[in-house]
Amino acid sequence: MKASAFSYARATSVVNALELLAAHGDKAKVLSGGQSLMPAMNLRLISPELIVDIGEIAELRGIGVRGDVLRIGALTRHVDLLRSPEIAAHAPLLKEAVAHIAHPAIRNRGTLGGSLAHADPASELPACMVALNATIVVSGQAGERRIVAEDFFTGIYETALSAQELLIAVELPVAQKNSKHFFQEFARRHGDYAIAGLAAQAIVQRDVFTDLRMTFFAVGDRPVLAKAARKLVNVALTPAVLSDASTALGDELDPQEDHQASASMRRHLAKVLLARCASALLGRPDLNAGGPV
Amino acid sequence: MEISLDVNGERVEAHVLPRLNLADFLREHLRLTGTHVGCEHGVCGACTVRVNGEIVRSCLMLAVQSHGASVETIEGLSDSGEIADLQAAFRDRNALQCGFCTPAMLMAAQDLLKQQADPDRERIREHLSGNYCRCTGYQAIIDAIETTARRRMGRKP
Repeated sequence: MKASAFSYARATSVVNALELLAAHGDKAKVLSGGQSLMPAMNLRLISPELIVDIGEIAELRGIGVRGDVLRIGALTRHVDLLRSPEIAAHAPLLKEAVAHIAHPAIRNRGTLGGSLAHADPASELPACMVALNATIVVSGQAGERRIVAEDFFTGIYETALSAQELLIAVELPVAQKNSKHFFQEFARRHGDYAIAGLAAQAIVQRDVFTDLRMTFFAVGDRPVLAKAARKLVNVALTPAVLSDASTALGDELDPQEDHQASASMRRHLAKVLLARCASALLGRPDLNAGGPV
Repeated sequence: MEISLDVNGERVEAHVLPRLNLADFLREHLRLTGTHVGCEHGVCGACTVRVNGEIVRSCLMLAVQSHGASVETIEGLSDSGEIADLQAAFRDRNALQCGFCTPAMLMAAQDLLKQQADPDRERIREHLSGNYCRCTGYQAIIDAIETTARRRMGRKP
């Protein structure tokens, strides 16, 4: 189908975009890369009265490092994340995750800010933001708000962003020397929606996790920072410890059933990912013997 | 709205409604019907064109967003001879039947070969993962692209 009629405004600056959003509120929709918004409009799932195109706002672009903070502008496209030497050096988890997002032609248009504001529970970047303990920077008429990623995602396609605010950037702590990352997802076909996925960032000292942020996606209404992962921190990891964490993860998750997978299948796959992640990050193949524990 | 852009190297000025997507603009306003419209929600890949040198879904881009851009369609790539060898390989290998997906397959394949001269079959599959073909079963398409890559490297296919 084709999108229904709408008015269109090309915002010239963040201030200009905020004025438009303040005037039109939830009748307006922000257009960034359009790779989620345009399908929804073409399918007539949404019919905004006004499209505020932020694609030309230069101040929303760019990737930069200041001290130990990596700042990524909202208009940074998936392909930019994939090619950026700063991302490869300071947030390698993102580079690995982006390769799983849809297909090349989509990655050439889709943006980080768009993906986060859209907040599809099956998408990769929101989970990465939670795993990396990112701060989401949003701007509104009253000024700037900084929201911890874990608090930003509030439900299926729901975030802490109001209709009058614009997501302008994210800030991440740069990866430390002994930090490690893991990213894997199950999908029927490369680039399809994940059935279950895991983005994890860890600090490993002498074969022990001293920090472990495992964020599961496509297994809940938002990215899930697993409390069960705490059971793996500051302990000598044995199959028994892992089994205990796996059981706790199963209890903690409340996955939805859809045409791709049942809730129990998603729970099972999440446990597989937990074991694979712990095993891979510690270089302990014995922990992943025989699948989930 | 008034838009001004380059299409296959020619300047185009037009007046369009905001809701018009780039695929429909190319097909209906410019009569460049080699860009096909399949699913209209970014899944099938049939509408793939180049914008500023990079492949995109033209059904997921508004015509007004292409203001100031350089757009290349299959007609441009075909007329310039840029993909003549790839087209010949598709013919030789029977890499098309109905032809609906073919212009976009060629677009995606050429995009890959520009980025990587010698991709293996897995890499080819991955780069074409966003383009559906309902006739061929893909094997012949991958054969044709692999053959073209080898020929361009000066090796025997």
